[in-house]
Amino acid sequence: MTPTKRRTLKVLGATLGASAFAYAVEPLRAFTQNITLDQFLQGHFKELTPEQLEVTLARLEQETKDRHGRDVTIRADPAIEGVEFGYGLNLSICVGCRKCAEACHVENNHDRASNNSYIRVLEMTQGSFNLEHGNASYDHAVPAPDKYYLPVQCQQCDNPPCTKVCPVEATWKEPDGIVVVDYDWCIGCRYCEAACPYHARRFNWTTPEIAPEEINPDQGYLSNRIRPQGVMEKCTFCLHRTRRGELPACLEACPTGARVFGNLLDPESEIRWVLANKRVFVLKEELGTRPRFFYFFDK
Amino acid sequence: MTKDADAPTDSSPDAGLPSDEWTSPPPAPETLPPRSLRLPMRTDSSATMARMLEEAGKQASPEIRESERPPAVSERVTSIPPPISSRGGVHPDIPSYTLFLWRIAKTAFESTWRYYLWMTMLTILALIGVNAWAGQTGGGMIHTNMTDHVSWGLYIANFTFGVGLAAGAVMMVIPAYVYDDHDMHDVVIFGELLAIAAIVISLLFVIVDMGRPDRLWHLLPGIGRFNWPRSMLTWDVIVLNGYLLLNLHIAGYLLYMRFLGRRPARRWYVPFVFISIGWAISVHAVTAFLYAGLGGRPFWNTALLAPRFIVTAFVSGPAFVIVLLQVVRMFSAYQIGDGPIHTLRQILRVTIPANLFMFGSEVFTAFYSGGAHAASMRYLLMGLHGKTTLVPWMWGALALNFASLLIVYLPVSRKNLRLLTAGCSMAFGGIWVEKGMGLIVPGFVPSTLHEVIEYQPSLTEWKVSIGIWAAGLLVLTVAVKVALRVLTGRVTIDTYAHSLPPRALPGGTGL
Repeated sequence: MTPTKRRTLKVLGATLGASAFAYAVEPLRAFTQNITLDQFLQGHFKELTPEQLEVTLARLEQETKDRHGRDVTIRADPAIEGVEFGYGLNLSICVGCRKCAEACHVENNHDRASNNSYIRVLEMTQGSFNLEHGNASYDHAVPAPDKYYLPVQCQQCDNPPCTKVCPVEATWKEPDGIVVVDYDWCIGCRYCEAACPYHARRFNWTTPEIAPEEINPDQGYLSNRIRPQGVMEKCTFCLHRTRRGELPACLEACPTGARVFGNLLDPESEIRWVLANKRVFVLKEELGTRPRFFYFFDK
Repeated sequence: MTKDADAPTDSSPDAGLPSDEWTSPPPAPETLPPRSLRLPMRTDSSATMARMLEEAGKQASPEIRESERPPAVSERVTSIPPPISSRGGVHPDIPSYTLFLWRIAKTAFESTWRYYLWMTMLTILALIGVNAWAGQTGGGMIHTNMTDHVSWGLYIANFTFGVGLAAGAVMMVIPAYVYDDHDMHDVVIFGELLAIAAIVISLLFVIVDMGRPDRLWHLLPGIGRFNWPRSMLTWDVIVLNGYLLLNLHIAGYLLYMRFLGRRPARRWYVPFVFISIGWAISVHAVTAFLYAGLGGRPFWNTALLAPRFIVTAFVSGPAFVIVLLQVVRMFSAYQIGDGPIHTLRQILRVTIPANLFMFGSEVFTAFYSGGAHAASMRYLLMGLHGKTTLVPWMWGALALNFASLLIVYLPVSRKNLRLLTAGCSMAFGGIWVEKGMGLIVPGFVPSTLHEVIEYQPSLTEWKVSIGIWAAGLLVLTVAVKVALRVLTGRVTIDTYAHSLPPRALPGGTGL
């Protein structure tokens, strides 16, 4: 082969290779076009100055309007001093109706198609506390005979295994005990999902889709704003509500009054009364996670 | 980290000059007669550099004038470098190192049609992988079959295996440097090149597993928020990249010295070799701790995981290298005896049964004590609640492992290399399943709330995974090819011509 021929072949090969590469990465274009420079460069939530935070929240509201077609308010209420949230759930009266899971789905702007919720209700057999015998996909009238129901959501551990493993500190425990995720900082490695012993974390396998009229416009940066694709999310005890003195959506939806929510630091609170007077336990206590979610029985 | 053998303040115009020129003060570069195949070393403009490289390219033609032919390597390696104190200014190795990179890069594109065919095939596979990954990143991880229940799958399985392959390459370094096995010394560089390719594979598998690869910069210490030392994943980032740099340095330095025709200075590579031995163990231990540290996943939460990882690494690494050495022998004039292959076979005779023993210990502990902790193991070996997707994989892997055990223990496999190659392939495949899908998936099945949701990789995941392995083989092929060209003396600072016969190599390979 002459050198000229050889060179021609090489140039041809290089051109072919380059165009093949360009063709191969073509599906990325939609993704990169959707990421603005502001989004790309946005810093970690804890590092934003008050001014930057204001600008960021305004931008996120605008983006929600552009992308999902709804005017929303996104706030970033800080934790209230002297408050640590605790949740109690009375297993004696929970009937397993899953109203809490449904309320969570609506309140937290979950993707409609996947029917996502932060709460999973296990149907358990009387006489056993072995989760292995639980069933999360029951489909019959409740309560069924000889069954009791165990709703599980984020336990807001005091010693959370999920925040420890995050390589970029995109998830952390707030001063009021709530474990949050910065959806704009998470890299989507899902290590926290592997670390969580309570199946409390969810990944956005795709961009959440919700009809504009179904979007809950009352949103929080660290809680129920519509998440981007490819990041983790989790239950925050509805901190956009609870930090303003309201109750979590799952509690308000419960028809039996099985749920109790309050400030663990306030001796007069209902949750403190439950802790003092009921036989209380936490899930998987042996793992040392120290949950702030307490289950109890009436008798 | 510098790659130069001598002091970084060398002002002599050409570190590769023969010994007689060392003693006299070097003339200024302007007064140097125009010499072919010898570059003016004192230069600071990139234009000069470009011209230099162009010149070097021209000189690459086979018709090298005999009168201008530089001294043979054998003369040059005996030359004594000048004392460090007598030098100053721009280091001559910097331009010549650029030349080294340039020439080996050129070499990577010059070969037979078989090589082009192989590389084209790998490139096509890699591009299919790139395309699938682009679709996955654009459209979301919904393109994979992972779920909130099984949130890691084929990618992390391959990542784990890839790290093991990289760490396993150290099983050539230990005999060569710790036990002074001379045969192994000649081929240890192929282990180091394998480590480089395997680390590239592992890093790519982590990146394709990320939901937001655009936020990779959040991991950069200083700019992002690097959760070190708390997150084991940050440890992994450090040890993997460190291991990559160590191997790039060791292999790069030794090849560069061979390129210059100089004897490598021990202080520039031996300490790094010993660091890399410890580092290889830590690389894989850290990867095991990534899983073993999760209290909520009983299948992984065992102290035996790190030792098992190390042992399986020492199966997959040597098994791959045995095959690789035979491929090198088939396609190159580089002399490789059976010695290294026999040593690696001996290593497999220890590590394959050790791995099976450890797996057996896990099985015993899980089943004898029973209860919830045995659920994942039961799912792996027998299926759970009628879900049996992983069962054929795992029994297949065990069959491969036992078959490879039998083969490496058959005396005939010492002489019959075809049989040994078959045994190595089986061991490689067996570990790939056992330590990949057989380790990652049962960690998630049953889930933490004891739901049994199964997982099978999607087409996208297969395409991306095959693409990454193809990319890794591309890296390995190029690395081995250019290394062979340098080792056989066909690419040196003086010559660049395939038609020249390989030079007689002085005193072993010096590696």
